[in-house]
Amino acid sequence: MKAPDFAYMRPDSLDGVFAALAQYGDDARILAGGQTLMALQNMRLAAADVLVDINRVPDLPDIVEEPGHLLIGALVRYAALAESLLVQQHVPLLADAVPFVAHAAIRNRGTVGGSLALGDPAAEMPACMLALGAEVILSSAAGTRTIPMREFYLGLYETALRPDEVLTAVRVPKRRPGQFHAIDEIVRRRGDFALAGLAVSGVAEKGAVEAISLALFGVGDRPVLATDAADLLIGKALDPAQIETAKDAVIASLDPPDDPITPPAYRRHIGGVLVQRLLGQIREKLA
Amino acid sequence: MTRAVKSVAIALKVNGENVNETVPVRRNLVDFLRADLGLTGSHVGCEHGVCGACTILVDGVIVRGCLMLAAQADGCEVETVEGADATGRIAKLQAAFHQRNALQCGFCTPAMLLTAAALLEANPAPTREEIRDQLSGNFCRCTGYQAIIDAVADAAEAGE
Repeated sequence: MKAPDFAYMRPDSLDGVFAALAQYGDDARILAGGQTLMALQNMRLAAADVLVDINRVPDLPDIVEEPGHLLIGALVRYAALAESLLVQQHVPLLADAVPFVAHAAIRNRGTVGGSLALGDPAAEMPACMLALGAEVILSSAAGTRTIPMREFYLGLYETALRPDEVLTAVRVPKRRPGQFHAIDEIVRRRGDFALAGLAVSGVAEKGAVEAISLALFGVGDRPVLATDAADLLIGKALDPAQIETAKDAVIASLDPPDDPITPPAYRRHIGGVLVQRLLGQIREKLA
Repeated sequence: MTRAVKSVAIALKVNGENVNETVPVRRNLVDFLRADLGLTGSHVGCEHGVCGACTILVDGVIVRGCLMLAAQADGCEVETVEGADATGRIAKLQAAFHQRNALQCGFCTPAMLLTAAALLEANPAPTREEIRDQLSGNFCRCTGYQAIIDAVADAAEAGE
């Protein structure tokens, strides 16, 4: 189908975006990469009166190295993220995650900020940022605030973004010595949203897990951190018995939605399979 | 364009030629190419980014023509299958598709050619798995894909 009638504007500054949001409120939607919003408009599942295109706002950052962090601007596209040497060196989980995102043509256009602000529960970026302990930067005419990813998602497609705010960037900690990571997902077809996925990031010290985050996606109304399983692993070696314990803890903690095609028990099961698979990979790498 | 508008004047390059038009803002880029410019080689299938039939190049990279507004292409360089055909950029792929019977109805073919060309330009000797991965976002309802993978592999071998 074709999108319903709407008006379009392309502000040339963040202040222009804030002014548009102030003027149009709920009737406006921010258009970034458009790889979800345009599809929803075309299917008439979304019907914004005004699309506020931020693609040419010059004051959004690209990928910037800061002490201890990378600052990744909202408009950084997946393809650029994967190709960035800074990302490959300092936050390799993100580069490894990109091939799981949709298809080449979508990755050339879709943006990191768009994915984070939308918060699809089965998307890779929100879960990776959660696993990495990133924080999002939200700006409005009133100023800028920084929110940890673990406080950003409030429910299904519900975030801490206020109607007057724009997600302008995400700040991601650089990898530390001994840091490990892994990502995988289970899909029916290449490029589909995950039935279940897992992003892992952690630090090992002398064979023992010093810190670990397991962020699952596609298994709830938002990406979820398996904190029980992480607590069980801290201070332990990643041996098969520990991995089994962590897997059981993840399965017990998940509460996936019931849908007619994918029953909750199946999503719990494959969530557990992913825990076993990825922790096994990490164990081999650390050995 | 700091005010909300319903139509907009755009200036872009399409297949190397300058184009200046005024378009309704809700016109998708692929609809603009087809309806306003008569470039009907880019096809419109699902209109929500799933089938890949509308694949075109914007500023040198493949994108979904249905998930971008014509208004957003202002100032961009757009290439369609007509342009890629005229420059000979996809000639070896076209020959391999012909040779391998990699199409039946042909609806998906222009997008398959552009998507495959993007792969071969970045990676001249892809594995079959890499070819499958690149084409995973393009649906073909006729061939069952095997002949398309064969054709892309042949074109790679021929040095597309």
